[in-house]
Amino acid sequence: MSAASSRIVVDPVTRIEGHLRIEAEVKDGKIIDAWSAGTMVRGLEIILKGRDPRDAWAFCERVCGVCTTVHALASVRAVEDAIGMTIPPAAELIRNIMFCVQNVQDHVIHFYHLHALDWVDVVSALKADPAEASRIAQSISRWPKSSPRYFADLQQRLTGFVQSGQLGIFANAYWGHPAFKLPPAINLIGVAHYLEALEWQKEIVKVHAVFGGKNPHPNYLVGGMPCSINLDEPNAINAERFALVGKLLKDARDFVEQVYYPDLLAIAPYYLDWAAIGGGLENYLCYGDLPVNGFANHAGYKFKRGAILGRNLSEILPVDPRDTQTGIEELIDNSWYEYTGGGTTGGRHPWAGETNLKYTGPKPPYEHLDVDKKYSWLKTPRWKGHAMEVGPLSRMLVGFAGNDTEIKAAVTEALGALKAPASALFSTLGRTAARGIEARLCAKWGIEFFDTLLALVKAGDTRTFTKERWEPSTWPAECRGVGTSEAPRGALAHWIVIKNRKIENYQLVVPSTWNASPRDAKGQRSAYEASLIGTPVHDPKQPLEIIRTIHSFDPCLACAVHLYENGAEVAHHELLVK
Amino acid sequence: MTMLAPRTEVAPTIYEQALSRGVSRRDFLTFCAWMGAYLGLEHGAAAQIARALESKRRIPVVWLHFQECTCCSESFLRSSHPIVADILLDKVSLDYTETLQAAAGHQAEEILRDTITKHRGEYLMLVEGSVPLAADGCYCVVGGRSALDTVREVAAGAKAIIAWGNCACSGCVQAANPNPTRATPINAIIKDKPIVNVQGCPPIAEVMAGVLVHLLTFDRIPQLDALGRPKAFYARRVHDTCVRRANYDAGLFVGTFDDENAKKGYCLYKVGCRGPTTYNSCASMRWNNGTSFPIQSGHPCIGCSEANFWDNGPFYQRLPNFPGFGIESTADQIGLGIAGATVAGALAHAVLTNVRKRGEIGPHPGEDAEKAEAAEKGGAA
Repeated sequence: MSAASSRIVVDPVTRIEGHLRIEAEVKDGKIIDAWSAGTMVRGLEIILKGRDPRDAWAFCERVCGVCTTVHALASVRAVEDAIGMTIPPAAELIRNIMFCVQNVQDHVIHFYHLHALDWVDVVSALKADPAEASRIAQSISRWPKSSPRYFADLQQRLTGFVQSGQLGIFANAYWGHPAFKLPPAINLIGVAHYLEALEWQKEIVKVHAVFGGKNPHPNYLVGGMPCSINLDEPNAINAERFALVGKLLKDARDFVEQVYYPDLLAIAPYYLDWAAIGGGLENYLCYGDLPVNGFANHAGYKFKRGAILGRNLSEILPVDPRDTQTGIEELIDNSWYEYTGGGTTGGRHPWAGETNLKYTGPKPPYEHLDVDKKYSWLKTPRWKGHAMEVGPLSRMLVGFAGNDTEIKAAVTEALGALKAPASALFSTLGRTAARGIEARLCAKWGIEFFDTLLALVKAGDTRTFTKERWEPSTWPAECRGVGTSEAPRGALAHWIVIKNRKIENYQLVVPSTWNASPRDAKGQRSAYEASLIGTPVHDPKQPLEIIRTIHSFDPCLACAVHLYENGAEVAHHELLVK
Repeated sequence: MTMLAPRTEVAPTIYEQALSRGVSRRDFLTFCAWMGAYLGLEHGAAAQIARALESKRRIPVVWLHFQECTCCSESFLRSSHPIVADILLDKVSLDYTETLQAAAGHQAEEILRDTITKHRGEYLMLVEGSVPLAADGCYCVVGGRSALDTVREVAAGAKAIIAWGNCACSGCVQAANPNPTRATPINAIIKDKPIVNVQGCPPIAEVMAGVLVHLLTFDRIPQLDALGRPKAFYARRVHDTCVRRANYDAGLFVGTFDDENAKKGYCLYKVGCRGPTTYNSCASMRWNNGTSFPIQSGHPCIGCSEANFWDNGPFYQRLPNFPGFGIESTADQIGLGIAGATVAGALAHAVLTNVRKRGEIGPHPGEDAEKAEAAEKGGAA
């Protein structure tokens, strides 16, 4: 190949939440530079101003319907932190159970429905020998749906579908691309589990319906949870409701242990080259979550808080979201915003943050964004000036490096099964594997929290709400708080300022803002852009490798532009230099 | 590189195409048997393949996303009857959906273009999200084009439009005051096509699937109310079939969350419930295959299937002067009665409750049925 470079635009990036546009510069079959742009904005932070802080969770929950619950949780925590509320133990446990359910459900959906088609060739599955698929399936798991007949029936249905000529969601994709490596039998197993996971995911979320009334978008409450526990009342959480939750949690663990995790371990060995691709920043940040001794006690979290710089696993740095001087700030140097007074550059700590939309990009329709100027609706968050990656990999690495017993054991076990060194984690494959490892932990922890909740109720503590400070008249005239969480996609925090019982300022810094944001004034790339550097591209017209790495982050763009989502739809690819 | 199965030229099924090329029925079946053998399928496969090839084409569907949070797509995935795998494999040809489709970028765009050209007048357009009209549409750009451009172009060739959720029906959260991007629902932009508004944030999964199945099975638009919502799912207030309704009629209210009355499952009206003014199937169908719905799980309805519900707050403030507390009391009068009863003790409470229930739930044998019914109608006003 010559020294020519070409610009690839992938817009829309599909199988994600929201609208994402990726532009990448390719030279000699590898990506040498990349830009990630969010092209949709809604302005939620503006809309929240002046409202009752107790309502904010509902607005925030609508930031994202895929990782539903996570913004409601961060929001109620922010308000509770601001007005000084502590919630009862049963409410904390219910929140933790809902958290675990969300994490597991989201990771399974991501693996099968958003990410698998980057690795699994659906068309190749048509050529599989169902007996071989059965033999492999039974060798990796005791999941009962594994007979030759089962795979034959599925293949038959798939064949009818393909022969119809109407491929629906599978149309016009990259089937047959040389980057697909799985044998047909494993592709057939992958397709079977794609469909089974679709069926399963609607069951596990019933836990959210029990405690929160519905899913997507279950209800939360400042001061606790809205559901009362009363074993003798049909309109409350009673023994039947508990039994349903217990069963669903057990089924979830079975699905993760017998389907998701074995599939991950069966597929990964064919793609070990991706353990050296897509590492990117190699800086990792988490706020931590799953409190076991109250939210204020960070040391008691199941997911630990901390940061790792430059893949240095021997040191975990402390993270303080309240540090307004040298902590977290959001920059607008490459984002379509301005500050009051007209400033268009620089950063602010979120308590002092502003969200004033100021579009300066090309007027649509356009072919290219001018990436030398502002090019995204996402702001650019930095921690002590560093670009940080957030997500399951960050959580697993902080736990692993911090010698957390459970996390370290789970990561070590997975690395052992894949015969891979710890350094394999700093990659596209590592990100995908970390998600599966984490789902195992959350499936297990969900059951533990549930058992603790039952013991608590048995001991007579059924309180789910703290009434003190519910009335705004009990609040100070001015206060501020921060609510942190670990969403499926990574570290999430909401900062709130309350003045005269109303929201004075509300700022969200969400996982995909960390990962998908534009570069900063110093030219430091954020995680997506950095991870694409060096990624091989076999055929610029078939951007399979790009979406593999981007999907390994599980993009969620409505979140990233809380305000926004970007539109990405057309994809053009042009040779800029021949 | 295999670019699987070029999209067919729409009209003919594969069987029809074969016939037009002079292939006989016998040859066609032989081909199916051979195909089955080639694919290593068991004996019955040939007949199945034949059926699939002969069958009516699945209706092409395009699912667009604009200013939204994808909760409608997620809700759709939760459908229990029919399940989504069956919808995708057997009922529709979901040609374009950014959430699930395998292709991305250029390949995804190509599918959209092909579908709206080759299936002009035949495809269903499903929309999730609102369209921002401010600032030349720069607040939502997909593939370099504004949402407004895309929605107009795709709507022009659509057979019908389904507007999923509160965003597409009435703008939802981004249209809440001050609506910084001028988020606008589909029915305010497209005026010349049938539009079904499937309300809610999100709509209930089985309502979404139900509307789609209605269109596909009966090949016509379901009956709609004045706001364009299918009557089958939006004709009744949540309040009408609420599991806590009897408590409302009896004047038994939750005072604050998790208080003694909350633990007894009393009515949530006084902590802000919008059930009395919200039209939806939550209380009858419930969510997640009948598991629960917000009020059952202790939180007041926030009215998410109504336009502008975000600005009809704060959520925990009760609806002002909602009429129709059974006979003629207001919530405050009833509340006072309850408070008095609590002070007076459990026995008095029980007596009072029974008296009220007897008087207010409705006609009892030998009582004045007409009066009770009139009062109830007053309540529904």
